Amino acid sequence: MLKTLLCGTALLALTAGAAHAQVSNNVIKIGVMNDRSGIYADLAGEGSAIAARLAAEEFGGKIAGAPIEIVVADHQNKADIAANTAREWIDAGNVDVIADVPNSAAALAVQGITKDKKRIFLMSGPGSTDLSGKSCSPYGFHWTYDNYAMAAGTARALVEQGKKNWFFITADYAFGHSLEDETTKMVKQLDGKVAGNVRHPLGTADFSSYLLQAQGSKADVIGLANAGGDATNAVKQASEFGITQSGQSLAGLLLFISDVNALGLQAAQGLLLTTGFYWDTDEQTREWTKKFEAKAGRKPTMVQAGVYSAVRHYLKAVEAVGSDDADKVSAKMRETTVSDMFTKNGKIAANGRMFHDMYLAQVKTPAESKGPWDYYKIVKTIPGEQAFLDPAKSGCPLVK
Amino acid sequence: MATQSKTSNLKAAETQTTTIALRRPGQDTSRNAIILGIGLLIALAAPFVLYPVFVMKVLCFALFACAFNLLIGFAGLLSFGHAAFFGGAAYITAHSAKVWGLGPEVSILLGMGFSALLGLAFGALAIRRQGIYFAMITLALSQMVFFMALQLKFTGGEDGIQAVPRGHLFGVIDLNNSLSMYYFVLAVFLVGFAIVWRAVHSPFGQVLKAIRENEPRAVSLGYRTERYKLLAFVLSASLAGLAGGTKALVFQLASLTDVTWQMSGEVVLMTLLGGMGTLLGPVVGAAIVVTLESYLAATSMPVPVVIGAIFVVCVLVFRRGIVGELQARFGRR
Repeated sequence: MLKTLLCGTALLALTAGAAHAQVSNNVIKIGVMNDRSGIYADLAGEGSAIAARLAAEEFGGKIAGAPIEIVVADHQNKADIAANTAREWIDAGNVDVIADVPNSAAALAVQGITKDKKRIFLMSGPGSTDLSGKSCSPYGFHWTYDNYAMAAGTARALVEQGKKNWFFITADYAFGHSLEDETTKMVKQLDGKVAGNVRHPLGTADFSSYLLQAQGSKADVIGLANAGGDATNAVKQASEFGITQSGQSLAGLLLFISDVNALGLQAAQGLLLTTGFYWDTDEQTREWTKKFEAKAGRKPTMVQAGVYSAVRHYLKAVEAVGSDDADKVSAKMRETTVSDMFTKNGKIAANGRMFHDMYLAQVKTPAESKGPWDYYKIVKTIPGEQAFLDPAKSGCPLVK
Repeated sequence: MATQSKTSNLKAAETQTTTIALRRPGQDTSRNAIILGIGLLIALAAPFVLYPVFVMKVLCFALFACAFNLLIGFAGLLSFGHAAFFGGAAYITAHSAKVWGLGPEVSILLGMGFSALLGLAFGALAIRRQGIYFAMITLALSQMVFFMALQLKFTGGEDGIQAVPRGHLFGVIDLNNSLSMYYFVLAVFLVGFAIVWRAVHSPFGQVLKAIRENEPRAVSLGYRTERYKLLAFVLSASLAGLAGGTKALVFQLASLTDVTWQMSGEVVLMTLLGGMGTLLGPVVGAAIVVTLESYLAATSMPVPVVIGAIFVVCVLVFRRGIVGELQARFGRR
């Protein structure tokens, strides 16, 4: 009896000792999954992998004797390929953490799998608020931006500047509708009003009739509640109509610096948008950008910078806990403030949302810009608490 | 007198070709049995060697390509809208399993039923035209389904339907176990494949081939070709739906990818690559495309470029597709 008890205690002590300071399979494996060949390749793509490698380098490539390894995969914007890769990575490839994953259908699929299999998921690329809302996970961290922050941030900043009358050009499906709804709520909350809206099908090439209606509405701001090709087409044609020159503001509710780069300053000048990161903000961001540019040959987008920040924060937690156990690392990540070149005082809420400052930016005119990627004037800093949805209202079951 | 002899000649020729066509599978039975037996053994052993979810994906796409091949390979109808049946069924199955809480077999059957009805509607409109017009009508109709999937509330827009429960087969077998799920998918595939095989090797299949070769002549022989074409279309749509519904349960999600026109293009690619009008061709084609998509994902090569290049080589060098080319070299005559 005593013998059994003794053996039992010894065994228990042994396992407890083993759990302390242990890294599974003696390697910390980071899987960077994104679109490497399609529409998000510029926004995320190889640049995100480079950003993750930069984070690993800061730790000398190893933690507690275990090397940090980075693997990449192209989900080709297909949720089934994302799900398949994530499962295989976790089951057969010993991947400890998955990072990036733009495209919300793909990200939601990976979120489900990492939740089941208890692996940490660092989302920098996807925008759907469901990821830190009704589909949140104790292991999921929504890092860089979300659709709400992009839309509501722009709306709040503009209304506070006195641009109270809005008109929306909205992509006619769930995503566009939700962007428009969130923005409308914010505008009305601040005593602004909506002069009207018009809806266009996904993949519209000719925006002229919508833009004429928007011009005719005499609204202060034309909000573009669409994304990707639709948004860039709308911006291009708005510049042909001379909308910003005639005194109306054009606000992109979900546009990225890679879109501005594709559009060129001639078409995009004067456009207002929200961003989570701009490379030319301060000395620290410029210094990091130099390191990034040496490898990537271009400046980083906010999604790529977010991958760096998230991976770095994850590795710091692994270092502090001395283990890559998902529960312990996740707890450590939540209780530590995020402080790096991306954000100074980032805080992670119970729903996995990382709260950090966002910036309202205006695209420079070709005359103001000094060279490639010198695109934004930062008009205003939006504090984290205002930028993101209140966790209590996010619908996440983890928030009590 | 002259006309009479001509008709009888024609009839004689007709019976001759029919007997040849009927005899050919008979001669090949033993060879076919061996190939099928080997294939079945590989399929049974596959989940122990390869990653089961991956093999399930191959099987789903193989069934989808077989369904498509039934139409283009045997009836000569190029549909450019098969994604509507595949993806439409995926949405219906996912919704039935997730929201209505139905079992996997009922959910898949509902998805398949939806595709059959959709196929009936599409087919009734499309078979009135031929060639490029037929393809364009199917494309237009499937784009309608795409925009409906994008806008309807229950499909979740670009997020898709996620976290679909696999449930218990007949209320007993837990499909969350990946091995039982695998054998379930294999069974579904074999049933689908058997239906295609039976359809092709039946008088109905012979008539389809006759329509493919020369429709006016089939009409002159007294066949109501519209009915045959419509039936082939509905059959193909249902089987595509069977594949789509099963895929929704395998990946536990239904997303817009499955209803886009690119998916219709992908199934054309699989069928042409493997060998149009052969039974095993679509299976081989699907296996190649899915394998490339998965394994190239982890390399630095851009996937669409590689698959595109392979397609170009295939069209230039071996037009009959892989299986078609092998058959032409080593057997069948």
